[in-house]
Amino acid sequence: MNQPATSDVWYFPKDGLTELIRVLQEDGFDVIGPTVDQGAIVYASIQSAEDLPKGLTDIQEAGSYRLEKRNDESLFGYVVGPHSWKKFLFPPISVVAAADRIEGHWEFSTPEEPQRPFAFLGVRACELAAIRVQDQVFLKGPYVDPIYQRRRESAFLIAVNCTQAASTCFCTSMKTGPRCQSGYDLGLTELKDGFLLEIGSERGQQLSRSLSLRPTTAAEMAEGDLRRQQAADQIHRTLETDGLPNLLKQNLRSSHWDDVGRRCLSCTNCTMVCPTCFCSSVTEVADLNGDHINRERRWDSCFNPEFSYMHSGIARDSIPSRYRQWMTHKLSSWHDQFGTSGCVGCGRCITWCPTGIDLTVEVLAIREAAATVESVDRGTNHE
Amino acid sequence: MSGKGDTSMASNAGRPKKPRVAVFKFASCDGCQLSLLDCEDELLSVASAIEIAYFPEASSDMREGPYDVSLVEGSITTPHDVERIQFVRQQSAVVVTIGACATAGGIQSLRNWGNHEEFLKCVYASPEYISSLATSTPISAHIPVDFELRGCPINRHQLLEVIIALAAGRKPRIPNHSVCLDCKIRGTVCVEVAQGIPCLGPVTHSGCGAICPDFNRGCYGCFGPVMQANCDGLVDHYQSVGHTSEVLLPLLRNFNAAAPQFAAVSDRLSSADARESEGSQHV
Repeated sequence: MNQPATSDVWYFPKDGLTELIRVLQEDGFDVIGPTVDQGAIVYASIQSAEDLPKGLTDIQEAGSYRLEKRNDESLFGYVVGPHSWKKFLFPPISVVAAADRIEGHWEFSTPEEPQRPFAFLGVRACELAAIRVQDQVFLKGPYVDPIYQRRRESAFLIAVNCTQAASTCFCTSMKTGPRCQSGYDLGLTELKDGFLLEIGSERGQQLSRSLSLRPTTAAEMAEGDLRRQQAADQIHRTLETDGLPNLLKQNLRSSHWDDVGRRCLSCTNCTMVCPTCFCSSVTEVADLNGDHINRERRWDSCFNPEFSYMHSGIARDSIPSRYRQWMTHKLSSWHDQFGTSGCVGCGRCITWCPTGIDLTVEVLAIREAAATVESVDRGTNHE
Repeated sequence: MSGKGDTSMASNAGRPKKPRVAVFKFASCDGCQLSLLDCEDELLSVASAIEIAYFPEASSDMREGPYDVSLVEGSITTPHDVERIQFVRQQSAVVVTIGACATAGGIQSLRNWGNHEEFLKCVYASPEYISSLATSTPISAHIPVDFELRGCPINRHQLLEVIIALAAGRKPRIPNHSVCLDCKIRGTVCVEVAQGIPCLGPVTHSGCGAICPDFNRGCYGCFGPVMQANCDGLVDHYQSVGHTSEVLLPLLRNFNAAAPQFAAVSDRLSSADARESEGSQHV
């Protein structure tokens, strides 16, 4: 067999996935992949290809998610679910520091995280984009987050190109997918009987040497193109990003915030499922005697009233103000802060909102209301 | 309250004297005060951090007040309760109400929507011996309360946190977010979105650790309404996807039926039902 080169595309049959998972495990990775749990496809530690959701798909709408059987045996025939890779790179609860009172003085320590490196199997294009966004947040600023850094730098990413889309997907609007372009070690496209494999990094190339690969045929390449195109063709939801950061900044007093505030429960679900939301709060948790204290970081959300508590009270003391904060940060001030949008178009916030609030629809409503005001203003000027 | 600003509760030097704690019971099932005794692993440490001065359920050694902290369980349901809670307030520097009964009136507040006299006649052979009120009301409807700990029953870890905080002279750290955040932190898939089960989680105060959704059931709202709960938004949505008041009313009129946010929306539902049945009678 030839040595795979970075630019090449290779082929392996369906059962080659078993070999890939075994090689990763032998290399010491904890392989995390999609698996069925609690009526959904979640991300969890998997032992073999048997744990993958074979022959299943997800039907997603605003506020609704259902699993259904497919009429084939695809292993990746669905899109993204309630979990994201965020929970492995930026864990929901972590101890960032500890202090022990020993014989009348305090000893401080940083807890070690004895941890096998992760291999993520099945990272979609929007999720690669989300990881890039969180890299910017946790690694590129003046303060590097050591927990994220340790987990991220050791993680091995196996991307999977989407071959279908959900009604909630809008990665094409956010220019993050559906094709995985970069940011992965290995990239897969699922065909009827096997996988196309692309190599995205030096690490990926090294690992691929342990796999039984063969060069692709023209027919296999064409099948891959067709399947990837199918995903792109199925995306109908759009979010007009042209001028969006300014549009939101200019409409902070839109009455539409009150409208969405009547439907929003401020329950935090959208921020929890969002693969880029990164807010947390840090508290010191003492044992009963006060001799051992953990400084604990937990996921938190701008939808919690007390998240904006300051010296004189709660700054964002109403649901409309909190929804506005979330959306304007995600789609507007994120650009100022990190140089990109905070939204990757995965659609999770739409699916997992208990009342089905759809940010693409809310943005459109604000855009249309602003256009109406503008035309009324122009009308007044003419008179 | 003792120990103002002093958080070094384990240091003996300059340590304030142990707070004297009392536990009082009103109309309740005792489950909340028992959760203090359930703190088996921590009980000795608790006993060394506080002086349990009055706790009839645990000890016949009942010392007189005043008390630094009184934990009050149960709701006010009798004329005698109305007087006794005033005594508790007078005897206590800090009053902490524990559980759904004390903070919202409890399951027994369902009487607030019923006919009290009829209930008495149905249940008791000689109702004339019974002296009770037509309503079950939370402690805060009668006296100023310093801290409310929610839940049916309360979470004993939260109770410990309240006791530690009060002994240390700091504010208890009891999260004020919805149950949804707990589901997401533990990785539980939303039962409403993935299965269509009506769940009160989005409007319910955290505290249980999201047990019911993890066991594939909707949240019953045991910890009462979350801060700024948008119960109208939740009920409007549930009605729009086909859940009727037959399902929603019992969900809202439960352990925290009389909590103002839950009561307002359940009253709205039942009066809409009443209008509807009136309308259909006219037809």
